[in-house]
Amino acid sequence: MSDIAATNVQAGSVPERSRFPLHIAVFLAPALIIYTIFSIYPLVDTIRLSLYAGDETGARHFVGLGNFVTLLTDPAWSGQFWNALGNNLIFFAIHMVVQNGIGLGLAMLLSLPRLTGGSIYRTLLFLPTMLSVVIIGFIWQLILNPLWGIAPTLLKAVGLGSLFGPWLGQESTALVTVSLISVWQFVGIPMMLIYAALINIPDDLMDAATVDGAGPFSVFWFVRLPLILPTLGVVSILTFVANFNAFDLIYAVKGALAGPNFSTDILGTFFYRTFFGYQLQVGSPTMGAAVATAMLIVILLGVLIYLFGVQRRLQRHTF
Amino acid sequence: MGPLRTKAVLRRAGHLLATASLAAAAMAFANAASAQTLTIESWRNDDADVWNTKIIPAFNKQHPNIKVQFKADPPTEYNAALNARLAGGTAGDLITCRPFDASLDLFKKGQLVSVNDVKGIENFSEVAKSAWSTDDGKTTFCMPMASVIHGFIYNKEIFDELKLTPPKTVKEFHAVLDKIKADGKYTPIAMGTADQWEAATMGFQNIGVNYWKGEEGRKALIEGKQKFTDPAYVQAFAELASWAPYMGDGYKAQKYPDTQNLFTLGRAAIYPAGSWDVPIFRKQADFEFDAFAPPVPDGAGKCYISDHTDIALGINAKSKNQEAAKTFLTWIASSEFADIYANELPGFFPLSTAKITVKDPVAAKFASWRGTCESSIRNSYQILSRGTPNLENELWNVSAQVLNGTMKPEEAAKKAEDGLASWYEPHKK
Repeated sequence: MSDIAATNVQAGSVPERSRFPLHIAVFLAPALIIYTIFSIYPLVDTIRLSLYAGDETGARHFVGLGNFVTLLTDPAWSGQFWNALGNNLIFFAIHMVVQNGIGLGLAMLLSLPRLTGGSIYRTLLFLPTMLSVVIIGFIWQLILNPLWGIAPTLLKAVGLGSLFGPWLGQESTALVTVSLISVWQFVGIPMMLIYAALINIPDDLMDAATVDGAGPFSVFWFVRLPLILPTLGVVSILTFVANFNAFDLIYAVKGALAGPNFSTDILGTFFYRTFFGYQLQVGSPTMGAAVATAMLIVILLGVLIYLFGVQRRLQRHTF
Repeated sequence: MGPLRTKAVLRRAGHLLATASLAAAAMAFANAASAQTLTIESWRNDDADVWNTKIIPAFNKQHPNIKVQFKADPPTEYNAALNARLAGGTAGDLITCRPFDASLDLFKKGQLVSVNDVKGIENFSEVAKSAWSTDDGKTTFCMPMASVIHGFIYNKEIFDELKLTPPKTVKEFHAVLDKIKADGKYTPIAMGTADQWEAATMGFQNIGVNYWKGEEGRKALIEGKQKFTDPAYVQAFAELASWAPYMGDGYKAQKYPDTQNLFTLGRAAIYPAGSWDVPIFRKQADFEFDAFAPPVPDGAGKCYISDHTDIALGINAKSKNQEAAKTFLTWIASSEFADIYANELPGFFPLSTAKITVKDPVAAKFASWRGTCESSIRNSYQILSRGTPNLENELWNVSAQVLNGTMKPEEAAKKAEDGLASWYEPHKK
C-alpha cells in the first residue's frame, strides 16, 4: 500500500522536480553576466592577445609563446621584467611587515577596553585610505620636497637636518620611500579587518586566560593571535594581490619610467610602459598582454600557495 | 489594477516617452552641430589658453562655420592616451604629432592620412617636413607647426649683482658657475633629475650638439659611423656630470615644476632651458631674464644649437570631418597662424618659410642663434628609438644617473651604445 501511494505521489510530482531550477539561474545570472563580461572575457582575451605579435601596420599574427620567450630570455626585456618583479617583492615585503604589523598594533590599541575616543581614531586612521592616490602622491612629494618641503624644515628645526636626503630621488631609498607612502595610505584596511576580528573574540576567553594566570602578552600570543589568524591570512592575500597589481602611486610619484634607474619600477609600471608606450617608445598591445599574463601567473601562483599551503591548515573558531 | 492606477501608469509612460523623444531630439541636434566641430588632441596643456582665446578665434574669423575644440593631456600621458583613443575610435579629428617615429608609427598603422595634397604644405622646407615624413621622404603626414630651441636662460639681476657676463665657452661657463657658488646666495644651476627627461633634454641634448657637431654627428650616428662610446659623446656626458655640484639641494628629488619655480622665484641664476619655457617665465618671473647659447667647448670654432622640430598637426584617418580638418591645416600653414603662434607662445618657432618677427626679446634671442650657429635636431629621435631598449628612454636614464653620480660618463656612453647595438644593424659591427 505505502509503496503504491509513494509511487503515486512520485508520479504526480516528477514533472515538477525534473524541471530546470530556473530560480538558481536567475539568481546566478547578474553576477555571472557581469563577471563574464567585465572580468572573465577580458582576462581570457588578454591571454589570447599575448600569443600574438603585431607588425608596424598594426596587423597581428599568431606567435605562440614567442612573446613569453622574448620576455624571459631577451636581455632587453628580461632585465626589466626581473627587476620589476624583484622590486615588486620588496614592495610586498615592506607592506607585509610594516603595513600589516602597524595595522595589527593599531587594532590591538583600538580594542583596548577602556579606550576613549576610539571611533575618532578609527576614522582618522582610515581617512588616507579613502583619499585619491594622486592627492596622496602630491602631498607626500610636497612634504618630502628638498626645496620647500616641511620634512627638511622640521628636521632642521630639531637639529637633525643632516639626516634628511632627497629620499624620493635616490636609487637606494626611492623604492622604500614610495612603499612607506603606500603603507601610510593603506594601513587602515588591515587595521579595520583585524579590529573587527578582535572585537569578535568573547571576553570570557580572555577572562578565563587571565584567571589562569596569563599576563597580557600571553593572552595576546596564546589566545587572541590564534583566533585572528584566519583574518591575518585574508589580510596577507589582499595585500599580495593589491601589491602585485599596484601601479597608481608609483606612476603618480615617479612617472611611468619609475626612476631613478628603474629602482621603483614594479610590474604595473612595466606593464604600462610596454602596453601604452612611453615618449618615443611605441606601445605594443601584444607584448603588454604578455606582461599582463605574466603578472596574472605570478599572482595566481601566490594565491595558490596561500590556498593550499596556508588556508587549509588554518583552524576556524566560531563562538 | 484599478482604473485609477492604469491612468497613472499611462500618464507616467507618457512623460517618459516625452522625455525620451526630447532627449533624442537634443542628441540629433548635437550630432548635426558636431558635423562641423573639429577636436584637436594635444599635449600642450600649458597652451590651452592661447588656443582658446587667440588661435581658434582668429581661425573662426575666416571660417565661422567650423567650430574647433582644443583638448590637451599632460605631456607625459599624451602618447598613451592618444594611442588608446585612436585604437578605440574616440580620438579627435586633429592629432598633434610628436616628431619622427611616434607619428610615423601612427601613419603606418593607417591612423593618420597623408597631407601631401593639403594646400599650404609647400610653405615648408624639406628639413621642416623631415620629422613628419616617411623614411623615403615622399609622404608627409603632419603639417609642421613649430620647433623649439635649447639654450640657457639666466637671471639678469643676479648676473648684474655678481658682475657676471653671459659665458660663451665652457671654460667661461664654469668660471661663472664657480663665482655664483662662491657667493653662496643663489643656486648656480636650476635643474633636477627626478623627472629624468630634464637631464637628457635640457642637459645632454642641449650641450651635446656642440660636441658631436650637430647634424654631422647625428647623421653619422644613424649611419653607424659614430658610436656613443666615441670621445664626443663621452665628453658631453662628462660635461653634464660636472654640473652636479652646482645644482640645488636635493636635486635628485627635484621635479620639473620645482626647477621652474626655483628659477622664477629668483633663487637660481642659470636655467638650462627649452625655448618653450619663455612664455611661462614671462608670466611668472618678476625679474629681467635673458638667454645665452650653449657654451662651446674650448677651441671649437663653430657653435651648434638643438633646434628641434617638435610639433605638427595631422588628421585622424577616422575623422568624419576630413574637409574641415584640411581647411584647418591649410590655415595652420599660413603666415597668419605663424605670426600668432610665434608671438602668443614665444619660444615656439614657426617652421614655415614665411618671414615672422618674434617680438619677445628673449625668444627672439633664441631665434637669432639660427643665424649664428648650425641647427640640429635631437639625435635620438630619428630611427634610433625604434627598437628595444628604447634609446630615448635609455638616454633619460643614463643622463639622470650621470648627474646623480651613480654612473660614470664612460659607463653611460657604454650603456647607451650597448642598448643601441643590441638591435640596430649599423651599430652591431
